[in-house]
Amino acid sequence: MSDLSGYTPERTDWGRFALRWGLFVILGLFALWYLAPLFVMLTTSVKTLEEIRTGSLIALPREITFEPWAKAWSQACSGITCEGLRPYFFNSILLAVPSVAISTVIGALNGYVIAQWRFRGADTIFALLLFGCFIPFQVVLLPMAKMLGLLGLAGTIPGLMLVHVVYGIGFTTLFFRNFYVTIPADLLKAAKVDGAGFLRIFVSIFLPLSVPIVVVSIIWQFTQIWNDFLFGVSFSSAGSQPVTVALNNIVNSTTGVKEYNVDMAAAIIAALPTLLVYVVAGKYFIRGLTAGSVKG
Amino acid sequence: MFDWLERQAPKLVLAPSFAAMLLFVYGFIGWTAWVSLTKSRLLPKYEIDGFGQYERLFNAPRWDVAIENLAIFGILFIGVSMALGLLLAILLDQRIRAEGALRTIYLYPMALSMIVTGTAWKWILNPGLGIEAMVKGWGFDTFTFGWLVDPDMAIYTVVIAGVWQASGFVMALFLAGLRSVDSEIIKAAQVDGIPTTRIYTAIIIPSMAPIFLSAFIVLAHLAIKSFDLVIALTGGGPGYATDLPATYMYAMAFSRGDLGQAASSAMIMMMIVFAVVVPYLYSELRTRK
Repeated sequence: MSDLSGYTPERTDWGRFALRWGLFVILGLFALWYLAPLFVMLTTSVKTLEEIRTGSLIALPREITFEPWAKAWSQACSGITCEGLRPYFFNSILLAVPSVAISTVIGALNGYVIAQWRFRGADTIFALLLFGCFIPFQVVLLPMAKMLGLLGLAGTIPGLMLVHVVYGIGFTTLFFRNFYVTIPADLLKAAKVDGAGFLRIFVSIFLPLSVPIVVVSIIWQFTQIWNDFLFGVSFSSAGSQPVTVALNNIVNSTTGVKEYNVDMAAAIIAALPTLLVYVVAGKYFIRGLTAGSVKG
Repeated sequence: MFDWLERQAPKLVLAPSFAAMLLFVYGFIGWTAWVSLTKSRLLPKYEIDGFGQYERLFNAPRWDVAIENLAIFGILFIGVSMALGLLLAILLDQRIRAEGALRTIYLYPMALSMIVTGTAWKWILNPGLGIEAMVKGWGFDTFTFGWLVDPDMAIYTVVIAGVWQASGFVMALFLAGLRSVDSEIIKAAQVDGIPTTRIYTAIIIPSMAPIFLSAFIVLAHLAIKSFDLVIALTGGGPGYATDLPATYMYAMAFSRGDLGQAASSAMIMMMIVFAVVVPYLYSELRTRK
């Protein structure tokens, strides 16, 4: 704690009072600025087009309509098809769930080996993996497209899954490695003396300890994969697009009248899963962010 | 056999990841580097031709715009996010009652997809019905705010949206840093009657140098890779006024069918990232031992 508010002897009580209020006002104004886009999105999404055209950006809706939401979910047009966001939303779920699970399991095993079963070269492998977290993905985009073509996975969800797993492993390994290095080596030694093997020790000793870092890893990977656009737009085809790509297509679709309310409803729908994760497990989300940045 | 398996288990577990990394990261970088040295256009060619692609790249006006935009966006995005993040962290550190709620509000944009952020700001900033129309509606008839469609100003809208999204994250980093400063030192300074502002500028902020560095690295990394935000907010336009290297590379790879340019621009992007990240990674890996 570096709390400094308690010690200001040169100020009068009144001055301190004004200072506190000033502080609250400034913090409140910033809160408004962060909330404003969400507020505008929400209100716009339940206004009629007529009201959007005549009313003010920040005005509350005079009458609330959920039609834009229904339309965004099941009828909005992106390019040539008009199926709304729904099929793409499910694509994203279908893509994210296995990718998150696989990359977390691989990361956990990798981290366990690198942190606890140190062998010659393990550190080098870790450094090489870590390095992979930092490359701009543009540098692998072209050969990846070619590789997916060779594997017969071009434009498919399994193809995208492969991409997300491969480039997610670096981060998940980092999370688990940094978590497992804090566990004393004596634990492993004792288990070995008792005759437990490599997998047995992992499953019955390390895994039960790992709940918080598993949560961090799952949340990080889920947010990354759900919010990804670059891989989605590069490697998917008409039927396999993830929700972010479909959202962008709906918003930029040039056919017909521009329906801002539908666009906003679609944007909120696409954002809901990660927002929900953030609200429910914000602590772990922040831990993932800082572990992925500060430590890496 | 079983014994051998048991002894080799750690290596066997790591082997697939290692192989995947070698292929999908290092092999692929090698492929891109190779293609960037050929005359590839629509299809990859594999005869080395030299640095012709890079020459073409550096002579392309569109690439110039992309690099210039990256400089403008990068400097402002990093600078403003850090300043704002630090300010918010210091203000929040004053034993605020609603700290938890405020922190949650400041940080939630980081959970959003850049496509969502871009879509939201595109709507807010559109001159026809957004902020401009709103202020005009208040009676300021001559007010104009058309940055989004102004080729000279559009890149600043990307800065606004980017800062909105990332500054809360910087705040979280700095707040954690402020909390980790040794409270004994601060108490001692207070007892000595050193004013609050001096305590911040002379003691607390300097001791947070490593956090400034990490925040810088993360933001620089985000800036260089920025792609979705531009696509959703401006689509790279008007024209190619808001192109960044990432959107340039994508346009060359997937809409222009110019693999050579795509590969060479991707290589330049990687070099820019490495110029920022490698010194940091190196020092991190060394000090951790």
